[in-house]
Amino acid sequence: MGDAIVITSGKGGVGKTTTTANLGTALAMQGKKVCLIDTDIGLRNLDVVLGLENRIIYDLVDVVEGRCKIQQALVKDKRFDDLLYLLPAAQTSDKSAVEPKQMKELVEQLKQDYDYILIDCPAGIEQGYKNAIAGANKAIVVTTPEKSAVRDADRIVGLLEKEAIEPPMLIINRIRNHMMESGDMLDIDEVTTHLSIDLLGIVIDDDQVITASNKGEPIALNPDNKASIAYRNIAKRILGESIPLMSLTPDKKSVMQKLIGFFGKK
Amino acid sequence: MMGNRQNVMIKGTKDGFILQLDDQCGYDTLKYELMEKLSVQYKALDDQPLISAKIQAGNRYLTNEQKEELREIVRSQKSLVVEEIHSNVMTLEEADMLKRQHEMSSMAGIIRSGQVIEVEGDFLLIGDVNPGGMIMAGGNIYILGTLKGIAHAGCYGNEQAVIVASQMRPSQLRISKHLNRAPDTDKNDQESHEMECAYIDESDQIVVDRLQVLRHVRPMITKHEGGR
Repeated sequence: MGDAIVITSGKGGVGKTTTTANLGTALAMQGKKVCLIDTDIGLRNLDVVLGLENRIIYDLVDVVEGRCKIQQALVKDKRFDDLLYLLPAAQTSDKSAVEPKQMKELVEQLKQDYDYILIDCPAGIEQGYKNAIAGANKAIVVTTPEKSAVRDADRIVGLLEKEAIEPPMLIINRIRNHMMESGDMLDIDEVTTHLSIDLLGIVIDDDQVITASNKGEPIALNPDNKASIAYRNIAKRILGESIPLMSLTPDKKSVMQKLIGFFGKK
Repeated sequence: MMGNRQNVMIKGTKDGFILQLDDQCGYDTLKYELMEKLSVQYKALDDQPLISAKIQAGNRYLTNEQKEELREIVRSQKSLVVEEIHSNVMTLEEADMLKRQHEMSSMAGIIRSGQVIEVEGDFLLIGDVNPGGMIMAGGNIYILGTLKGIAHAGCYGNEQAVIVASQMRPSQLRISKHLNRAPDTDKNDQESHEMECAYIDESDQIVVDRLQVLRHVRPMITKHEGGR
């Protein structure tokens, strides 16, 4: 039995889809069998970020309404040998095309065959959100270090705590180093104490993330990028490894710290 | 059971009249006797200032309609006004409500954005109220944690209610029908917000003050007696 993890945020544009794509990629790189589900019916884009847009034949609504089997709708990512699949959302229907009960059955079925099922949740707390969390047994809340995003994350955490799932974990996305240092952005401590849930990881804001998603190649495939390493670390933490948080201020390290860091890397 | 037995007794005290109603006779008998007594006795006192009267119903249960009717009868005597109706009897429902109003409910956890907690009595929260979260209590609110959202004490009209928090950084404070919001220039660490309380002062303003003043401004919060 696999784990079904919903990735949600409340607020739009904080990076749910990017996070889903990259965590899925990173988990597949660790050799896990992963299925990504896009529940943003009517506004799908997880397929675009993964570069699988032109391979879609059937979608989530087709499966739920019985027009095809799950296996027919799943889009295989060729970069990973039989490890990463996507169940795309429909573009022609809307959120009401699926009921939470149907989602639950669907996820239960997928849990048999996959190690991890990552469910990309739409923004908001309406039908789409309810569908997305219906089948999940774990939750990841994505936020950015902005007041508005943190406020919505707080609301979502409140709602998630009422559900019969494990306590949600937090990813702080789009961190801008210089703004955090100057105090123009909430710092990581402020966000985590405010939400008081476990921090799963932090991801630095990086232009290459956008470039990569435009190309349809998740940044996690790039071995040198900081954001990519952050996603890979998060994937390892999901697998149960204990990996320290990435340091945010590498430029200001003293020679001594660099040396310690160098030796510590092993 | 002779007809001259008194079902309504009127006593004068220095605080006003006490109307003692017999609790054995029928309600209608009582009602008519009260009307009769009042109309006879106070005709001459029209120009007097209002005198307060207390009704003591003994072991008789009075419904709200009956209470209102009795008030109406007494009120029709120009110089009398019913201050309170006292009865030894109440329904289980009323007793339950009374209990809830005097109970302190407690909760350990965080009240997050969009969550509203409503209780009839006092509320003790062990945790924070995040911005967008709200506590409504008929009585006092005590928060062992940071209040960053809204607290509404005495929400059914109790002006004496207070709000206490370990860290007081509310977006709004409400007590009864009064409202107070945080200043717009929110420089968080300008002053200490530790262990503070909020209450309504003499000029009907919500004030925030040190926790220690509470025992002087709201001594009735103390319910414990004795001790060594």
